[in-house]
Amino acid sequence: MTYIAKPRLHHPTLVRNKVGYTRRDYEGRISTLCAGCGHDSISASIIQACWEMDIEPHRVAKLSGIGCSSKTPDYFLGNSHGFNTVHGRMPSVLTGANLANRDLLYLGVSGDGDSASIGLGQFAHVMRRGVNMVYILENNGVYGLTKGQFSATADEGSRSKRGAVNTDAPIDTVSLALIMGATFVARGFSGDKRQLVPLIKAAIHHPGAAFIDVISPCVAFNNHAGSTKSYDYVREHNDAVNRIDFIDLRPEVTGDAASGEVIEIDQHDGTVLRLKCIDPDHDPTDKIAAMNYVQRHQAKGEIVTGLLYADPHARDLHEHIGSVARPLNQLGERDLCPGADVLVRINASLR
Amino acid sequence: MKPIAAVNDFVVKFANVNGSGSASANELFARSILRMGVPVSPRNIFPSNIQGLPTWYEVRVNERGWLGRRGGVDLMVAMNPQTWDADVAEIEPGGYLFYDSSKPLPPSKFREDITVVGMPLTELCNATYADPRQRQLFKNIIYLGALSILLDIDPDAISRLIGEQYKGKEKLLQPNLHALTLGRDYAKDYLNPIGLKVRRANNVGDRIFIDGNSAAALGCVYGGATVCAWYPITPSSSVAEAFEKYCGKFRGGEGGNRYAIVQAEDELASIGMCVGAGWNGARSFTATSGPGISLMTEFIGLAYFAEIPVTLIDVQRGGPSTGMPTRTQQADVLACAYASHGDTKHVLLFPEDPKECFEHAAAALDLADRLQTPVFVLTDLDIGMNQRLCDPLAWDDARTYDRGKVMTHEMLEAGAKFGRYLDVDGDGIPYRTYPGTHPTKGGYFTRGTTKNAYATYSEAGPDYVYNVQRLLRKLETARQLVPQPVVRHAAQRTRIGVLYYGSTSPAMDEAVAELESAGLHIDTLRVRAFPFPDSVTQFIEDHDQLFVVEQNRDGQLRTLLVNELGIDPARLMAILHYDGTPITARFITAEIGGRIRALNIEPLRKDKVA
Repeated sequence: MTYIAKPRLHHPTLVRNKVGYTRRDYEGRISTLCAGCGHDSISASIIQACWEMDIEPHRVAKLSGIGCSSKTPDYFLGNSHGFNTVHGRMPSVLTGANLANRDLLYLGVSGDGDSASIGLGQFAHVMRRGVNMVYILENNGVYGLTKGQFSATADEGSRSKRGAVNTDAPIDTVSLALIMGATFVARGFSGDKRQLVPLIKAAIHHPGAAFIDVISPCVAFNNHAGSTKSYDYVREHNDAVNRIDFIDLRPEVTGDAASGEVIEIDQHDGTVLRLKCIDPDHDPTDKIAAMNYVQRHQAKGEIVTGLLYADPHARDLHEHIGSVARPLNQLGERDLCPGADVLVRINASLR
Repeated sequence: MKPIAAVNDFVVKFANVNGSGSASANELFARSILRMGVPVSPRNIFPSNIQGLPTWYEVRVNERGWLGRRGGVDLMVAMNPQTWDADVAEIEPGGYLFYDSSKPLPPSKFREDITVVGMPLTELCNATYADPRQRQLFKNIIYLGALSILLDIDPDAISRLIGEQYKGKEKLLQPNLHALTLGRDYAKDYLNPIGLKVRRANNVGDRIFIDGNSAAALGCVYGGATVCAWYPITPSSSVAEAFEKYCGKFRGGEGGNRYAIVQAEDELASIGMCVGAGWNGARSFTATSGPGISLMTEFIGLAYFAEIPVTLIDVQRGGPSTGMPTRTQQADVLACAYASHGDTKHVLLFPEDPKECFEHAAAALDLADRLQTPVFVLTDLDIGMNQRLCDPLAWDDARTYDRGKVMTHEMLEAGAKFGRYLDVDGDGIPYRTYPGTHPTKGGYFTRGTTKNAYATYSEAGPDYVYNVQRLLRKLETARQLVPQPVVRHAAQRTRIGVLYYGSTSPAMDEAVAELESAGLHIDTLRVRAFPFPDSVTQFIEDHDQLFVVEQNRDGQLRTLLVNELGIDPARLMAILHYDGTPITARFITAEIGGRIRALNIEPLRKDKVA
């Protein structure tokens, strides 16, 4: 970790985005994670994505569970409200926060211990409810804070730093998210920011439950030979399915890419997601195909990355329950209290 | 044995099979007596089952208005062969047995000291209805008709109630009225009169008949709850269901619903959602029972330490573990008062009836926001799932929601100093901001881990101590804000004091009157909240002999009094009722009366008072 605080003073020539912020304004406290930790790269990607998208930092709510990954929301978007909740239960807290104010952007950050073990139930249910959020799982296959135990996403046959071999089948969070009804599912690699930043941006634009599993090597406990979540292993086995070109608010095509290589996904909120295909066989709007694709490549030992699935017709929890457009936390007595006269009538019906 | 003769003062118990449609007929029975101006208090005694197991409905008719369970049965309506022997045995000597005589029973199945009234209900039904379900359902209405003759219940009151029930469903109205007449005609022609009678009176007044769970739900609607996350558990499920029903009526319409209800995957998620909503500035609540509280304790600790408003309605049942899911107890007092690991203490409210369920639910939402902490409304199955006669619900339209100390955009702009965990007013309550308030000020990162007054991660001892001491100050503040105890002084000065709370109230009221008529004068204090206001200490100091009446095995409120107020345990005698049935006046009178006599406590005489 770094002990030297970055100066708060900004260089006057730093570029400002449309809402008047420099990239530095999207930073948080100094990270306390290990030097080289994949999680810090993810934080940097979140910062980059939010800055480029002109998101006002205070309109973002950051929620996390417990673990190394869950500490990270303190290290980006320092002016946003954040809530470091309890182990494995971030999804429920995020759901409640989202119900209270649908106008903010909800960013959930979790780890593989948090989401795939103790919090597997809440992980599944937050997806099936379609909570409008970006759920980033920083996946390193290991419990770092408690010093190197396997997590539930560790591959069968992978070796721990102490030499133990994992005999349990791994939980594939991407497949699980697809089955549970997430309407945007992607996988990234913390070592590939060029791919990750657009994935995060696309997820932010997605009007529903967006999930990104980011393989994020743990340099302290899971970056050795025999690990399937090390930088070297992931680089060797990374099979990128596509690259997101851009997300545009206007449905117009500026076609510099050759046709056939580009897929455009019109989203429910009017935005267009434009993908450059690496594997033309993969149609990211076909959920069944996405599940097949992930399973097929996983069987070959490949780690599929990129946008795996995006439902162009995604709906979110608020649409399901028919709540008002105004955030519930802004409603007052007039909106909520039926008043004394109504109570008189209720009383009369109870005699 | 002389048959019991009583007017407007008896107990009728219906023994039924659950799922047989008896509940609505039995409710009609109770309400028709209410319509005659005679107070009744019915209680459902039911199994954790959907169909086929025994269920009972016990109605106490009492002109004086005692609403507690009396104990004993004067008229048993035995409709369940499975429980026949126990049901017959429960009848008071001189009492009555009403039964379906379609199938002959040997004399050994009856008792010499009771009056038996047989009516061939199944035969009548089979002769009248071809459809098996109709035979089943109308059997209930037919016995209701017969009982109305035996007990002199005004048939117009019943028909009017049936009319109200089937308003708009005229197809169902006529067959029900027909069945009622069928029962009445048979009883007139073939049954002998009995000694129990209902006589029109004027003792109901403008009181209403409602169950505590519905009233608590209404309290949440009126109190401005917008987020409800819950997981089904007896006996609390009907709180969330009633909230949904009332919100549908009063908070829907064009533009969308002004509420959000999520049936969560478990209690952990329910409380998690409530905590998330509370953190984000919405009024949220969950309804649960003991096992749910156990599951929620981790989150309760987080909400206490991160200081997040959340309301929990705990409809208590018999514990521990799955315990007696369909029976009543006051056994979650300690689990809630000290819920979660580490040093924690929580605000508890103890409603005595549906009216207070309404008031306390609304008050809890205010208190949670004001104190930024979890607030528990500790009701129980007896109040929650039984309709109870109580004063009409009231709301003052001038009342505003107390949102507590919320720092706004304007305040931050004006340069107000913001420290999320900073005690600026000396009452232990810091200011909070809602997420998204201001671009550069007022943002904070909260967590269950130790932090300093400005919400920055800190494991420094002094920061921790500052926080937990401030939380104690906050609890001191709470003592003045919570509903204050209700003290009742005896007609004569006395050294004897009784403390009680919650659903014990109606039995206690009656016991006090009974003891008084026996010459035993006692003062009482009804505890309405924890942390205990000073008046509780004062009451204990003012009396030499104290009893704490509760519905649990371990004397949980007594423990809390001893622990929190430093009372000598020897001064507080526990009177405990915990078999899962509601406490009765008979029990309290016998226990307190017996112990006073055994201790030979001399009531203070007027001439001895200094």
